Amino acid sequence: MSRLNGPIPFRGGGFAPKDSAPAATATLIGIILLWQAGASAGVIPTLFLPPPIAIARALWALTISGELWNHLSASLMRLTVGWITGTVFGIGMGLAIGLWSALRSPGMAVVSALFPIPKIALVPLFIIWFGIGEGSKLATLSFGVFFPTVIATAGGVDNVPRGLIRMGQSFGLSHWSIIRKIVLPAALPAILSGFRVTTSIAIVLLVAAEMIGAERGIGAFVLSAGNLYDTDNLLAGIVVLSVLGLLVSWVIGRLERFFLGWRA
Amino acid sequence: MPANRTGLRLTVQNVSHRYGGLQVLQTISLTAEPGEVTVLVGPSGCGKSTLLGIMGGMLAPTEGSVTCAGDTPDNCLNPLTYVFQDFSLLPWRSVAGNVALVLEDRLSRADTATRVADVLALTGLTDFAKAWPRQLSGGMRQRVGIARALAVRPACLLLDEPLSALDAQTRDLLLDEFSAIITAAGTTTIYVTHNLAEAVRLGHQIVVLSRRPGEIRDIIRVDRPLPGRSPTDPDLIALEQRLWRMIRDDAATAERERIDVTP
Ligand SMILES: Nc1ncnc2c1ncn2[C@@H]1O[C@H](COP(=O)(O)OP(=O)(O)O)[C@@H](O)[C@H]1O
Ligand SMILES: [Mg+2]
Repeated sequence: MSRLNGPIPFRGGGFAPKDSAPAATATLIGIILLWQAGASAGVIPTLFLPPPIAIARALWALTISGELWNHLSASLMRLTVGWITGTVFGIGMGLAIGLWSALRSPGMAVVSALFPIPKIALVPLFIIWFGIGEGSKLATLSFGVFFPTVIATAGGVDNVPRGLIRMGQSFGLSHWSIIRKIVLPAALPAILSGFRVTTSIAIVLLVAAEMIGAERGIGAFVLSAGNLYDTDNLLAGIVVLSVLGLLVSWVIGRLERFFLGWRA
Repeated sequence: MPANRTGLRLTVQNVSHRYGGLQVLQTISLTAEPGEVTVLVGPSGCGKSTLLGIMGGMLAPTEGSVTCAGDTPDNCLNPLTYVFQDFSLLPWRSVAGNVALVLEDRLSRADTATRVADVLALTGLTDFAKAWPRQLSGGMRQRVGIARALAVRPACLLLDEPLSALDAQTRDLLLDEFSAIITAAGTTTIYVTHNLAEAVRLGHQIVVLSRRPGEIRDIIRVDRPLPGRSPTDPDLIALEQRLWRMIRDDAATAERERIDVTP
């Protein structure tokens, strides 16, 4: 037996991490400043890792000359077309797998067999099939985006509360109405978080595809800068990719806020 | 709301139901008269929800049949309409959006807006038209459930324990409200509950089911006008006690043998 005597100790704290936008920005700026300071002080060999100022200068020169836009516009076009194609077909297939028994097991079997293939390994095959031009690049991107989209969508559809579908049926809603008004909105959170995965996959595949037989595109630009040991331009290309990634993820964040506002 | 006394007559004939090997309902026959409230009571797991699902065409009975006869109200969009215990609201639609769910497919924009405004006023939800379901209390959510059901002008309302997810005080408030609304709408109503106080306050006839496999123990008529039955009416209290004596042993047994695979 033991005696308790005194105030009750508090033990309900912690496990509640908070977001802070200023802290995020400050960290990135801090790293860039440290990097610059290290380069200026001669601690970081600038031949291998150019300082932020040199990268900024290179970016500026590329912007002025129009070279940056030349490459970026080609990349953005491929990214947009490839991602949208893969996403549209992926959502369609995911819905089909989630909704119809006839397609469920066959569809899942195909997806499970093809999903684990690293899509980069297919680039040579796609070049044989679709030629060295845009076709093979778009095919690589769409293919890479398609499978994760199918899996995210089918998973989202599987998790639609059955009670809500029964409710729709009991009110005499048509098949199409149930899909449009109940299944799709309920699966939307899963589909949107799938977007986060597929957009980064798309950027990875974009660069990889552009490193084979492309004249324009950020991937081609980075590769040729590397071949010339032009590390300023190489890093400038990489910074553009990083910014592109951040931008895409910001857009998805806005989409989530717009479409999923009901979740609180 | 059209005060339509000529609702549907629902006739259940020799309905039995099995889930796999589990016999849930055993030769049930009953008639729900037009414009009347028929309450189904019985211990939990006796097959009340199953019977309600069969009566509304959501479940095909293993044996037997359900038929309906009668007129539907003007502009009825869904003759047999449910209200659910868990409300089944779409969380991504506002209150008005939930109520408009069926209307917007079948009516013009203006007609939809008018009907939505009407039923929201009827259920005291006008000020909450733009709210999300998650912002509402349980009682308010079930008001939305009722509003959504009334908006389609049903000929028969099927309510599955609509108040069972609510706290006792809210339940009492809504009980009076719903009995007034249902009576005014004049639809045939099937009301499932395990709560005997609700049964005697709402039912024109009370169908008492035994424990699983559910059979009809008794069908009791209650000759007190609706709405406006008092919770302190001695006859109703006596009836409630009579019902309790009828199902008490069943309820105790059901409680002990309950297999928890409730969907
Ligand atoms: N879809 C189902 N599959 C198998 N068993 C079920 C299913 N639905 C209900 N049951 C079982 O049937 C019995 C009656 O269920 P239910 O009609 O929900 O009873 P009640 O509504 O009276 O509580 C319960 O034992 C329940 O577990
Ligand atoms: Mg039930």
